[in-house]
Amino acid sequence: MSRIVVLEDRCKGCLLCVAACPAGIIRQSGRFNQNGYKVVEVPDEDKDKCTGCASCAITCPDVAIRVYRSKKKEAADD
Amino acid sequence: MTRKSPEKIFIKGNEAIARGAIAAGCKCFFGYPITPQNDIPEYMSQALVEAGGEFVQAESEVASANMLLGAGACGIRAMTSSSSPGISLMQEAISYMAGSEIPAVIVNMNRGGPGLGDIGPSQGDYFQSTRGGGHGDYRTLVLAPASCQEAYDLIIKAFDLAFKYRNPVLILGDAILGNMKEAVSPWKPAPVDPAEAADWRLEGAKGRGPRLHKSLYLHEGELAGQNKRLQEKYLAMQAETDFELYRTEDADLVVCAYGSIARIAKSAVRKLRKEGLKVGLFRPVNLYPFPSGPLAELAGQGKRFLTIEHNLGQMVEDVRLSVRGLADSEQFSVYPGNLPLPDDFEEPIKKALAGK
Amino acid sequence: MQAQERLVFDRPKVLADIPTHYCPGCQHGVAHRLAAELIDEMKLAEKTICVTSIGCSVFLYNYLLVDSVEAPHGRAPATATGVKRSRPDKFVLTYQGDGDLASIGMAEIIHCANRGERVSVIFVNNTVYGMTGGQMAPTTLIGQKTTTCPAGRSREHEGMPIRMAELIAQLGGTAYSARAALNTVKNIRSAKKAMKKAFEVQTKGLGFGFVELLATCPTNWRLDPVKANERVAGEMIPYFPLGVFRDQTAPAKGPAEVEK
Repeated sequence: MSRIVVLEDRCKGCLLCVAACPAGIIRQSGRFNQNGYKVVEVPDEDKDKCTGCASCAITCPDVAIRVYRSKKKEAADD
Repeated sequence: MTRKSPEKIFIKGNEAIARGAIAAGCKCFFGYPITPQNDIPEYMSQALVEAGGEFVQAESEVASANMLLGAGACGIRAMTSSSSPGISLMQEAISYMAGSEIPAVIVNMNRGGPGLGDIGPSQGDYFQSTRGGGHGDYRTLVLAPASCQEAYDLIIKAFDLAFKYRNPVLILGDAILGNMKEAVSPWKPAPVDPAEAADWRLEGAKGRGPRLHKSLYLHEGELAGQNKRLQEKYLAMQAETDFELYRTEDADLVVCAYGSIARIAKSAVRKLRKEGLKVGLFRPVNLYPFPSGPLAELAGQGKRFLTIEHNLGQMVEDVRLSVRGLADSEQFSVYPGNLPLPDDFEEPIKKALAGK
Repeated sequence: MQAQERLVFDRPKVLADIPTHYCPGCQHGVAHRLAAELIDEMKLAEKTICVTSIGCSVFLYNYLLVDSVEAPHGRAPATATGVKRSRPDKFVLTYQGDGDLASIGMAEIIHCANRGERVSVIFVNNTVYGMTGGQMAPTTLIGQKTTTCPAGRSREHEGMPIRMAELIAQLGGTAYSARAALNTVKNIRSAKKAMKKAFEVQTKGLGFGFVELLATCPTNWRLDPVKANERVAGEMIPYFPLGVFRDQTAPAKGPAEVEK
């Protein structure tokens, strides 16, 4: 399935991605990065809900999210 | 210097500046109308374009100087010209060009000040030109022509110096120089090396990392490092001295003057020499770096000095600095707003000479 | 990367892989990325010369890996004129904030556009001076409190906020002028299309390209980034309508919605 990778050292905890995610599966984690920001994550139980739409990455001001889309999903899209 | 072609043309100082710039390979001119330098943009708007260059009449001198900054950052020979009030508006950009080490040629046809002043000649911009008229520690080379030929020659030299030192260079003329006509030999220097500035000019990061021209240094120690580099540059610039000595060998009194005023003072010196008075003339051509060495030598020979300027007394400070400990300098001001004649200088020269 | 998946979103090549100095949620980061994506997609990196302005975004030159020159406050359009006139084959871009462009640099932007300089201007409008701590800007909204209009901007004392995209659109040399916003994913997508047009009118030699981007300044608005985005929708867009105000590449018609 599609997934995102949060580059935790780049996240500034602004939570714009949390508001932008249509599936509402991104949340602030309890972990701090070395700059003292609480980084975001997709909890394991919600990972399968990610569609790879990249809304989070598009709204992220720090290019802190990489998006991978599963081929199966793409086959369905084409 | 290549052989000067014998052919001469009878042109104004302003036109000599413009022709010299084109001969020097100037590719862009950015300017704004202000008397008494209007012939320069007017001439450039036709001749530079015909020579394949770019002419932009900007919305202000502030814009002109910042266009110049952009062209200079690209390693292109570019210039602007203006007069006193306009040059004041350019000071911020000149400070940025000095801080970012960007070459540029700026021509100031000094007019009467302060404020709106008048459109007649003056040397009231001496301090602004030689001390760096904008903010921060920086200097610009300052060349002061006293004839239309010298205006032609010096602007060619100015472009070479600007790129040699990656620094703005000022040509300091005045309303007399700009508007008087003299015979000028329009010689052509060697063409500009296309690889000029190849190691730093902006032209798109192709096959190399990106380049950046800036003067903002926020990290600790960075600005101090840049200022140290600039100081080393300004020390290196001290080698660029250029001056004229006229009958100073046996002179008791040396008149110090630059630009048009030096021409007028020379006539007075010539006349008084005929009357048997031992006077001479020292004329700095480069106002920065100021040629203090030759003055100190003259002072060492026991000569006395009279500085004559078309302002309330500015270059006299540099003369005094040069001869300190050995001699002093009297000072005679032509008040900006008045037009000096050679006879006006006779009394002050005689008085200074007599002032044993 | 697992076998049956594809990387669909990553850092554009011309955007440096380093953290930025911007505050959390500051949308300069988004505008930088959109510019970088376009430079990569339009293969402009090797011929781009960027003119940065004075404000939070002066450090664009640390993030956009292209040749750059730093212009004094407000003077980027003039510096860009000098760059473009001296190297007409290069792609010349300025990136400016509302204080830089609409206040001290108003004469420069108006005349650069009016001359039809073939340069592209990205104008980030966040209604305050960010770098200097949140002072009033020419685009500060009526009633908006800033450190230099603490009682809120009033028409009587401070006049009305200036609509730049419409102003620039009326100048003869302007080939494209539009306003977009960065507060929603949809708007960010439209913003990229508008920026692309502002780039293309340069690469096609049609004239001056201008795009105004409504953006947030969470720190100086004293709002968290998500609420700041809501303010863009609720207060800024009603006063600063999104749309294309001049587009010489499109058939003549009134201000149109920025293409979806």
